[in-house]
Amino acid sequence: MAELEKIEASDRVYSLNLGPQHPSTHGVLRIVLDLDGEYIIKADPVIGYGHRGHEKMGENRPYKQFLPNTSRMDYLSGMLFNHGFVLAVEKLVGIKVPERAKYIRVIASELNRISSHLLWFGTYLMDLGGFTPFLYAFDDREQILDILDSITGSRLTYSYCRFGGVSRDVDLKFIEMTRAFLKRMEKRWADYDSLVTKNVIFIHRTRDVGVIDRELARQYGVTGPNLRACGVAFDVRRSEPYEVYDRLDFEIPTGTKGDALDRYDVRFKEMQQSCRIIDQALDQLPEGEFLTPKVPQKLGPPKGEVYTAFESARGLTAYYMVSDGSPGPYRCHIRVPSFGNLNALNDVLPGTLVADAISILGSIDVVIPEIDR
Amino acid sequence: MGYFKDIIDGGLSLIEGMGVTARRLFQPLITVQYPRKKIPLSSAYRGHIELKIFEETGTHKCIVCLNCEKTCPSGVIRVQGEKQKEKGPKTLTGYVIDFSKCSLCGLCVEICPTSTLEYSREYELVGDTGADCVFDLMLRLAKQVEQREEKKKTQGIAA
Repeated sequence: MAELEKIEASDRVYSLNLGPQHPSTHGVLRIVLDLDGEYIIKADPVIGYGHRGHEKMGENRPYKQFLPNTSRMDYLSGMLFNHGFVLAVEKLVGIKVPERAKYIRVIASELNRISSHLLWFGTYLMDLGGFTPFLYAFDDREQILDILDSITGSRLTYSYCRFGGVSRDVDLKFIEMTRAFLKRMEKRWADYDSLVTKNVIFIHRTRDVGVIDRELARQYGVTGPNLRACGVAFDVRRSEPYEVYDRLDFEIPTGTKGDALDRYDVRFKEMQQSCRIIDQALDQLPEGEFLTPKVPQKLGPPKGEVYTAFESARGLTAYYMVSDGSPGPYRCHIRVPSFGNLNALNDVLPGTLVADAISILGSIDVVIPEIDR
Repeated sequence: MGYFKDIIDGGLSLIEGMGVTARRLFQPLITVQYPRKKIPLSSAYRGHIELKIFEETGTHKCIVCLNCEKTCPSGVIRVQGEKQKEKGPKTLTGYVIDFSKCSLCGLCVEICPTSTLEYSREYELVGDTGADCVFDLMLRLAKQVEQREEKKKTQGIAA
């Protein structure tokens, strides 16, 4: 790097647009790369191509009508975003949620987290040039989509949570399907291990690649599995437990170096921990109501503000809403994890190879519509 | 030494990985040849909305309260009704949805006071123009009622 900096900005520097339409950018993302041969000198992610004005939409309609939008920001973890929004509004208005609904939400959210990580697993390895794991991951993900489809009626944009519960109760068939899925996954982890984790090519492509250290993570506000990969055991489910997470026993997997291999390991173990959470939640699932009947159609929250953080598949996500007493929020702000995670690329990419840029971008698992929203 | 060890370890890891795919070869197929074979829909499946036919009346129970029209976040639903008498309830004359704008949130189904709205089971909804996405639910209901009556007739003859 030191040598590279001595060279004047001359004909040697070549500017390359990675994206906006590129199969490896996972959405409409452009990264302007300044190259010196195969090496990256400067990287500048350009965002905003998919801006739909979700925050503004939240401000010009009642709370309830914003529900379908929440699943469409981070389309891979729609249930989690849906869940978080409902949590925020419940806190603002002061709605009590039945115990059963809390458990159902946790189960659905964790299933969604696994499905999101599985999709990342598949596409990341495809970015690295391995096509086979993608098919395996999608086979498993299909099972989750079927399970969630059976209770929510949708496969991606669930819009399942309601203020004071969930829209549909779970039945025995759902519990059976989920148990069967957990059992199936026990075998699949071993398959994934021998297919990918132990693969030498994979290890060589990821070890010491794209290191995000603690200090860099702190500067850019990197959260989620990317932060845990640097060895910081920060998880909102543990630090500020919402719903029933304080009653469930699960570990927070952490890495040491913060390279792509650590990030892979953390996500992989997180999926297993999610399975543990679902298993316990199914055991503890109480009988009772799944939706509070006393929630009025038109919510009239008191004047004030609310900030609710939750752990989405990509990290700390939060809704910040200001209420002026009207049926809709005066201000609706959403803190998304991918924004911080993506911007760390500014410091991570320089000095690496172009081929690694794709690998690093894949390993931090960004969902661009979530940033643009 | 390290060089040869790497080659051997790498080779073994590749063989182990191949083992997974080899085992997969002898497991049943999971792909479904879609247009020829179809997977049953889940019972919770959310298609576009339609008017429910109630057994006792043989038709819908819409009272033109316009709750669905008001609650829809995307302005999908247009309901028309007129009064038959000077004083009295409105009757439904037109129910049109623009499915191209629908986000399938289901708020209309939940808010309906007479629960006359339900999700249809249709998912093969290909159209050439935007107009193909506009559904007249009254027309759809009339067709469904007709089909039901025909079915009843044929069943009656068979019995």
